[in-house]
Amino acid sequence: MGRKLLIHNDKVPGINTLEVYRAHGGYASVEKALKTMTPDQVTDEVKKSGLRGRGGAGFPTGLKWSFLAKPEGVPRYLVCNADESEPGTFKDRYLMEKIPHALIEGMITASYALGAKRSYIYIRGEYFYVARILETAIAEAYAAGLLGQNILGTNFSHDCFVQVGGGAYICGEETALLESLEGKRGNPRIKPPFPAVAGLWGCPTVVNNVETIAAVCPIVNMGGEEYAKIGVGKSTGTKLISASGHLNKPGVYEIELGITVEEFIYSEEYCGGIRNGKKLKAVVAGGSSVPILPTELILKTAKGEPRLMTYESLSDGGFQTGTMLGSGGFIAMDEDTSIVKNLFTFARFYHHESCGQCSPCREGTGWMEKILKKFINGTANESDVDLLWDIQSKIEGKTICPLGEAAAWPVAAAIRHFKHEFIEIAKSKKFVDISHYDRLNKVIA
Amino acid sequence: MKVTIDGIEIDVPKGTTILQAARMIGPEVAPPTMCYYSKLKTSGGYCRTCIVKVTQGSTANPNPMPKPVASCRTEVMDGMVVQNITSPEIIEARKGIVEFLLINHPLDCPVCDQAGECKLQDLGYEHGSANTRYEFKRREYEPIDIGDKIKLHMNRCILCYRCVKTAEQITDGRVHGMIHRGDAAEISTYIEQSLSNDFSGNVIDVCPVGALTDKTFRFKQRVWFTKPVDAHRDCKKCSGKARVWLKGEEVLRVTARKDQWDEVEEFICNSCRYDHKKKSDWVIEGPSPIHRNSVISQNHYQHLNELKVEAMKHQKALGFMSINKKP
Repeated sequence: MGRKLLIHNDKVPGINTLEVYRAHGGYASVEKALKTMTPDQVTDEVKKSGLRGRGGAGFPTGLKWSFLAKPEGVPRYLVCNADESEPGTFKDRYLMEKIPHALIEGMITASYALGAKRSYIYIRGEYFYVARILETAIAEAYAAGLLGQNILGTNFSHDCFVQVGGGAYICGEETALLESLEGKRGNPRIKPPFPAVAGLWGCPTVVNNVETIAAVCPIVNMGGEEYAKIGVGKSTGTKLISASGHLNKPGVYEIELGITVEEFIYSEEYCGGIRNGKKLKAVVAGGSSVPILPTELILKTAKGEPRLMTYESLSDGGFQTGTMLGSGGFIAMDEDTSIVKNLFTFARFYHHESCGQCSPCREGTGWMEKILKKFINGTANESDVDLLWDIQSKIEGKTICPLGEAAAWPVAAAIRHFKHEFIEIAKSKKFVDISHYDRLNKVIA
Repeated sequence: MKVTIDGIEIDVPKGTTILQAARMIGPEVAPPTMCYYSKLKTSGGYCRTCIVKVTQGSTANPNPMPKPVASCRTEVMDGMVVQNITSPEIIEARKGIVEFLLINHPLDCPVCDQAGECKLQDLGYEHGSANTRYEFKRREYEPIDIGDKIKLHMNRCILCYRCVKTAEQITDGRVHGMIHRGDAAEISTYIEQSLSNDFSGNVIDVCPVGALTDKTFRFKQRVWFTKPVDAHRDCKKCSGKARVWLKGEEVLRVTARKDQWDEVEEFICNSCRYDHKKKSDWVIEGPSPIHRNSVISQNHYQHLNELKVEAMKHQKALGFMSINKKP
């Protein structure tokens, strides 16, 4: 059994209440940090832990915190990115819904480290019921003196607010999130300046994912060095994986970084294999925007080594033969899945979610969707595959924010690894749907 | 700070962007811009036509930047090395951007008032392809009156945000902006308000395409049949320095004066723009400087022959037999 640090007591009845949460050791990190440590010591522990951003990019959290500008007389903010919108990712919702205090505790401890007097949890609009859960938890924390003036009798005062977004994928991009939080249209800002220098209302701001902030609590409790012992190399600690698709046991799992992909898919502790005894065809390992990999490449790297659930191992071989850990949205597809149709759903999503600010993404995402629809309709030609490839290459890396890349990568990877499926449809002028789902067919119709 | 653009080194002050540095060197290496406007704060970064490759970040950190950067929004660092026209990758990427800008553009230049002074037209000629690979229905909107004297053709808009920033920065109380998102995004006003501010007419001048046009000039004349002259008048609201477009003795339209980058020098008021259409209203200073390659300078200026000779030389060098044969 792997160690669990974040959702180890998610099945405890009433864990969403402050009373039960504290009875199970909750808010220990707040006590420890505020009473026995200086803010810099907390940051140092996070640095030592090797914790990397759990939202997708995997940037070292301690380093991000150390970039925070600290000019005199200017407030600093901590913003929690709970705008979890990546298709295939639902770990943050699980955490906030089951153990809301884990996030609040992390917010207080992290804010103490950063010297933030106010923090915001920006949560996506579709999670309105989770926002209610968080608000209840915050009210409990205020009543218990864990938030507000002089927390636990110390000099540290802190206020935490929940802000519900409008439900746009783009607002998960940190600068678009800040714009939205300021009450403006959720368009990504042009960087530099980065939020660490000029973020929310022009003040230095750190934006962290829900899981990243929640992971600060075990790091403070056990010490950074102890936390870093879990995992392999630069991928330390535990990670929540949202497993979905054709698996026997889909759901949210906390894994120790470093287990093999094979173990994650097939062991009874985790996903329990592919359902109905089917064979695995492909896996999207980190949310819909990361490159899809066929079975042979997801289980073993191009060098023949077993692929591990770590940032490094999954990206081994670059995009030619590798992918990314991303946000941990693990989507497994069995042999009956049409990659072309799957790609069409993704392309449709990115087209719908493009903010329209910069031209490659605004125009390119829609164009790719239209071409993919031709494949679904069976009217595509072989040249359309090359056209798709060309369009994605002209979007990738030319946009303001990573949404362009998120839209381009799945297209590139699907063509790279499953070109024969596209060619087959183009040649036979017929799209035969082999999947069990017909929900999407209704959407297409 | 020393920066090298396409092999040409230049010394620039701190805080200069790559684009400004390139413009200091000259138009040959200056990247094209569709959304950047030096007179407007926070403009630029959206259209991506000005992207360049940074092959060396700075002397201190000589690593190349991983992705192409928007030159209009990236400040130079000491020792930076930039490739614009010397990078085939950038030329190819820019071609892609132009294609993206054109796939939903109606290509109605023959009936568009902006033809002849349109930045997208120039960009299309320079970087575009003769054929389109886009086979789907283009985005369509009905033209609307966004103001008393301003027509908005959303079909032609490339969403550069220049008009939004103009309204925000030089008028009080912006009433128009971006609505919807993605490729459904459009410029519009909130509940049929109209742009009525005294300086609202400037949105027409900053529009790089034919999306915002002057209703007092629409369909009156092709711009290359008019003669632009710099003129001024006493105006209480603005500097009164304008460009007056003449056809014979008739004033067909009044715009702000533009510099060599096609950017407004001084914004003018609506009264100068719309209400003073008599030649006697203006003190004419002389012909406006128009780039000699511009279609507007056709038939007006003496150096046309000179231009032909130069073009012939150029084409000979490229191996073309006749001047009439276009590459």
